[in-house]
Amino acid sequence: MFTHSPAQQRTTPLSSEALVVEHDVLQKEIDELIKLKGDSRGELIPILHEIRKRHAYIDCFAMQYVADRLGISAAEVYGVVSFYSFLKEENLGKFTIRLCRTISCDMAGKQLIAQQLEKELGIKFGETTTDGLFTLEWANCIGMCDQGPGLLVNEQVFTEVTPKKVREILDGCRKTYQENKQGGS
Amino acid sequence: MTIRNNITFASIPKNEGMGFALQKNPKLVIQDVIESGLKGCGGAGFSTGVKWSYAAEVKGATKYIICNADEGEPGTFKDRVILAEWPDLVFEGMTIAAHAVGASSGIVYLRGEYTYLREGLEACLEERRKAGALGENIDGKEGFSFDIHIHMGSGAYVCGEESALIESLEGKRGEPRNRPPFPVECGYLGMPTVVNNVESFAWVSAIFAKGVRWFNQAGTEQSPGYKLFSISGDVEYPGVYEFPMGVKLSEILKDAGADNPKAVAVGGASGTLVPPSNFECKVCFEDVPTGGAIIVFGQKRSLLDVAENFQEFFADESCGQCTICRLGNAKLLEGVRMLKEGKCTEKHLDDLCSLGSSMQVASKCGLGQTSPNVFLSIVQNFREEAMECAVNNPVLTSKEASHNIFQSVVRLFRGEEVPEQTVSNHATTTSKGA
Repeated sequence: MFTHSPAQQRTTPLSSEALVVEHDVLQKEIDELIKLKGDSRGELIPILHEIRKRHAYIDCFAMQYVADRLGISAAEVYGVVSFYSFLKEENLGKFTIRLCRTISCDMAGKQLIAQQLEKELGIKFGETTTDGLFTLEWANCIGMCDQGPGLLVNEQVFTEVTPKKVREILDGCRKTYQENKQGGS
Repeated sequence: MTIRNNITFASIPKNEGMGFALQKNPKLVIQDVIESGLKGCGGAGFSTGVKWSYAAEVKGATKYIICNADEGEPGTFKDRVILAEWPDLVFEGMTIAAHAVGASSGIVYLRGEYTYLREGLEACLEERRKAGALGENIDGKEGFSFDIHIHMGSGAYVCGEESALIESLEGKRGEPRNRPPFPVECGYLGMPTVVNNVESFAWVSAIFAKGVRWFNQAGTEQSPGYKLFSISGDVEYPGVYEFPMGVKLSEILKDAGADNPKAVAVGGASGTLVPPSNFECKVCFEDVPTGGAIIVFGQKRSLLDVAENFQEFFADESCGQCTICRLGNAKLLEGVRMLKEGKCTEKHLDDLCSLGSSMQVASKCGLGQTSPNVFLSIVQNFREEAMECAVNNPVLTSKEASHNIFQSVVRLFRGEEVPEQTVSNHATTTSKGA
């Protein structure tokens, strides 16, 4: 939890729909966020959450700029980002799948689901598929111990996952993505 | 199907407890909560009423009521069920607390993993505002204003510790503070702050709806009342159960349909590992305390796998502030893996136990103090099994494992019996990348 540099951890190249944002665009976004939420220290994490939600990760520029706007040092912002697993992760994919690895889900067969996910997606945990759709991560206890194995897809929860259900979940994501894409264009 | 027996919360009419409580003088409200004997349901078990009385004593300051919905303890999910099924009771309990201590602002610190519950909670809050149960002059009570907002956590187990939670609310790293001063004197933004667990607030509402006597006549002398239990693992019917405090562990196991377990973790990863010889123990603060997590391990489970899973969790979740917790958990994890591989000497095991004991006293917060518990219980109760693990379940290289699979297939074709566990140990070692 304490030695992690978001900038150095990137293992996958950015996808074609690059999540790279021009600095002035990012700056504008952060300005708007601060206008909305205020510039008190207590808003730091909600602001970072929002940046993290819109982009794949929180980069050094964003950290420095947020720090300047809130009147704190960039090191403090970095300290916060690197502390929280939901902020420090680099989820380049549109869908981040977090499989619970803690005891009850482990006993319910999380290893089988992990293998299935890795095989279906062709990536390991901590990686993103080349089409930029899926990122695979581990989660510590997600509170679904009575219905394991459990996993989260972005904010949605799935329980009693079976290898068959893994395919359904992934297909569901792909379908949602296609629909959104068509709806957007 | 998560709810498994009759739970009091289901039978409490909305706003009934709050209605009674708001008519009372704040001092009497606190007196009632103290008399009910309700203790914090997050695990630490501090008297809720006494906590409130400390916060109420501070005069003239802005005060905060915080609901700790950062339910991160492995094996615990009762708060998730309460928030999904009976959010009104929680918000009522917070409103009663605000009335009792004189607070005007409330925050629910909801863990990031439960983001999907937020929509329902916001809707419930909005409904309460419209009904006059939140906002200005609540329940027609002149001058009593209180509102609640939801703050999302970001995936850090240690933020379930109340002072770390407050740090996190203030936009900092979730590192527990030195205590004293306690949050009731100097909490969120330096102001008196009451932090209670989701379930504690819900029980407060139930106590005012059904009466102090109803609550404190159940349970034991030191641990009155009822409690929700999250039961998971090798049982027929996992889920949320309600029992009076002091219930025998064997009764819980019987109701949940546990078939001759090898051991039971009471209190989750930071609790106690109870061996069968002690299944007649009482689950309460005098005997085996718990925040409600009961994880059952069947005969086929390797307790070292369990210990490894728990130590991986703690090594990952330690905030890193105290050296003994940061390094101690990494050392214990290394020790468990040495045991699994048969590389741990008796001397080294003793050293690890001594390290564990030091962690219990030298860590600042509950995470470090309780993280070696399960490891120590295993060594205490299952030392032989731990030392013999490597002999009985040799860790195989991938080559050996494939050879074993090949042998099994050949045996299957010949119609011979295939020994169990040919490859399972290999599977667990390859999952270490987790």
